[in-house]
Amino acid sequence: MTTAMVEKYKAFYRLLNKTSRTLVDRRFRQQGQCARGGSAASGLDHRPDAVVEQRVSYLGCPKRGLWTSARASLPSFVDGGFARDYPMNRCRSFGSVAGEIQRSSKFATLNSDDVAHFKEILGERNVVQDERLEAANSDWMHKYVGSSRLLLLPKSTDEVSRILKYCNSRCLAVVPQGGNTGLVGGSVPVFDEVIINMALMKQVISFDKISGILVCEAGCILEDLISFLDNQGFVMPLDLGAKGSCQIGGNVATNAGGLRLIRYGSLHGNVLGLEVVLANGDVLDMLGTLRKDNTGYDLKHLFIGSEGSLGIITKVSILTPPKLSSVNIAFLACQDYLSCQKLLLEAKRSLGEILSAFEFMDSVAMDVVLNNLDGVRNPLAPTAHNFYVLIETTGTEESYDKEKLEKFLVGSMESGLISDGVLAQDINQASAFWRLREGVPESLQRAGAVYKYDLSLPVEKMYDLVVEMRARLGKQKVVTMIWFEMAILLYI
Amino acid sequence: FDQEKKIKNRESFSFWIPSQSNVCCPFKLTLSSLIVARVEHLSPPAKMKIMVAVKRVIDYAVKIRVKPDKSGVETQNVKMSMNPFCEIALEEALRIKEAGLASEVVAVTIGPKQSIDTLRTGLAMGADRGIHVEATGDLFPLAVAKLFKALVEIEKPGLIILGKQAIDNDCNQTGQMVAGLLGWPQGTFASKVVLDKEKQEVMVDREVDGGLETVCLNLPAVITTDLRLNQPRYATLPNIMKAKSKPVKKYTPEELNVGTKSDLEVVEITEPPKRKAGVLVSSVDELIDKLRNEAHVI
Repeated sequence: MTTAMVEKYKAFYRLLNKTSRTLVDRRFRQQGQCARGGSAASGLDHRPDAVVEQRVSYLGCPKRGLWTSARASLPSFVDGGFARDYPMNRCRSFGSVAGEIQRSSKFATLNSDDVAHFKEILGERNVVQDERLEAANSDWMHKYVGSSRLLLLPKSTDEVSRILKYCNSRCLAVVPQGGNTGLVGGSVPVFDEVIINMALMKQVISFDKISGILVCEAGCILEDLISFLDNQGFVMPLDLGAKGSCQIGGNVATNAGGLRLIRYGSLHGNVLGLEVVLANGDVLDMLGTLRKDNTGYDLKHLFIGSEGSLGIITKVSILTPPKLSSVNIAFLACQDYLSCQKLLLEAKRSLGEILSAFEFMDSVAMDVVLNNLDGVRNPLAPTAHNFYVLIETTGTEESYDKEKLEKFLVGSMESGLISDGVLAQDINQASAFWRLREGVPESLQRAGAVYKYDLSLPVEKMYDLVVEMRARLGKQKVVTMIWFEMAILLYI
Repeated sequence: FDQEKKIKNRESFSFWIPSQSNVCCPFKLTLSSLIVARVEHLSPPAKMKIMVAVKRVIDYAVKIRVKPDKSGVETQNVKMSMNPFCEIALEEALRIKEAGLASEVVAVTIGPKQSIDTLRTGLAMGADRGIHVEATGDLFPLAVAKLFKALVEIEKPGLIILGKQAIDNDCNQTGQMVAGLLGWPQGTFASKVVLDKEKQEVMVDREVDGGLETVCLNLPAVITTDLRLNQPRYATLPNIMKAKSKPVKKYTPEELNVGTKSDLEVVEITEPPKRKAGVLVSSVDELIDKLRNEAHVI
């Protein structure tokens, strides 16, 4: 074992011991209730209408004792399929409204000395206790409201480190916040944690034109990065509906997938390095820019998807693919769910390397969008279609790609997989199609209160969930579903 | 559209012979309604042809870059598509045809070999035939108008619809020049077009500086479309499939006896100056001082 590896191993061990004290309430672990990031499960405290929202993951379970995978109660047909596959890691735990979550007395309360100390570290302007605090306390869906009394805006890693060191010494609870565009209440405080917002750390540090490796601070807004890279001829490997406000640090912390997951893969593959500040103020510099680096343990993967429970990400080094000129979009209609699945398989086969996005929405979602957003229209004829699919291809040769896409579409139409479809002829029409798909969360929010679930299920069983929920909830509630590649978002 | 027509005719049929509606089987009714439709169509002769000009330009949403040698704009590896005003023109032509006032819509494009893509888009939207005049090099509006005149003498359309301007040169001249060369009336910046078949005239609402002006033109006429005329339709897959088999006729300027050499020459193309950052002033006196001495506006 080289000294570098020993150092990394020591750091890892220290990480495991230190983080639990300030960021995750130990009581949760003792009771067997668990959450990815303390606020996720506990954010359902005193709100009687809140329902458990937990990331349900069937893909294996990390070390026992650190965290265990939680499974909400799903209908039996889903449960049965997986019990046999992961017998060792099954552990049932339910988070429910019945259990009232109290603010732990282990965490101290903010007092004026603390505020003065923060003002000393950050300066007067970046310690916020006015109306901006209200916006930071409430999430994008306006479902979860915390009662934090202090919002901090650090401008450098050093400031973040000093803040966390102080909070650790005083045992003050802390919640890291990025763009506050998360839909599951993970970015807002549960009780009165100090909010550390990374919005001011928005510098692009460097960009290598040859390899396409971008190093930037965690507070850079995704859309700004996309337009910066656009000038250089590159593109970000992820793209979300929330790109106007979401920050890259938050995307990495939540392992955001986005619309281009099918083409560029998840952030675990695209992030090359991170700089993270741990809960006790230690700065962990893992900001490598090498595509392959096998020295020691690859700790950055712990932080990708950790949702701010292990440390605050301050710098990100990300691999960006080159921007390809020929983008084509088709908006299609299918009659039933089986055709959609077959269409996905067929698309991967026929379109192969040029396929860059495959999105699905059902007719209820389309109705909600058409009714609640302005300036959108259904590209297909008004006859009722049951399911809509959006396919995007990105390649280098305009004519070749269009020919390939047309051949695939014509073939699918003749074999009956799709009942109708439209091909975008210019960029405006393409943005109109994307507006329909990306506007679903926004229009649902305008339509009324939303319960949103992020689920992973076997592909064949996905839509059965919607049918079952519609049967259970009755006609009053709108139940709809959209999916991108393998993950689905179920809206109720 | 076909579906709508059938239903409409079925309704009119049942109005004619109400006693038979219970007796006839559905299959017979459909056949009869088809016959009724054909009879209806014979009465007003809709032989008018509409010619629509479409141009292949850099896509509206692309960020334009000037070539380093200032000779033009970067067009390599840049997305090209149909001029948005031409889309609106084609949509209007298709709506007139669907209203039964025209029999055929011919899409015309003048440009290099790749312009055929734009023509295919036009055919996919619903045009019946395409004409491609293959001409390389910079084409100025006068040359285009002369080529159009030559094509009009061959095709003899009753109405020509163009977009008001092309977004790559913003000339706003071609429509007016075509009308001038042919001696036809013109209705430019159209925001509403109403065709009257019997009186052989068209009412056009024009968007002018002072508001809206309505002109009445005798057919044949030239119309150029403005943004608010309609919202163009999408190219649906069935239409894209049909477009592959629609005929496209090719011409060259030599065949049409038109010289495309222009009296104009583009000397240099530069970007507009970048917007300067704003300046924060600390007092009203400083503001007045700057306005007077630096900006020279007061």
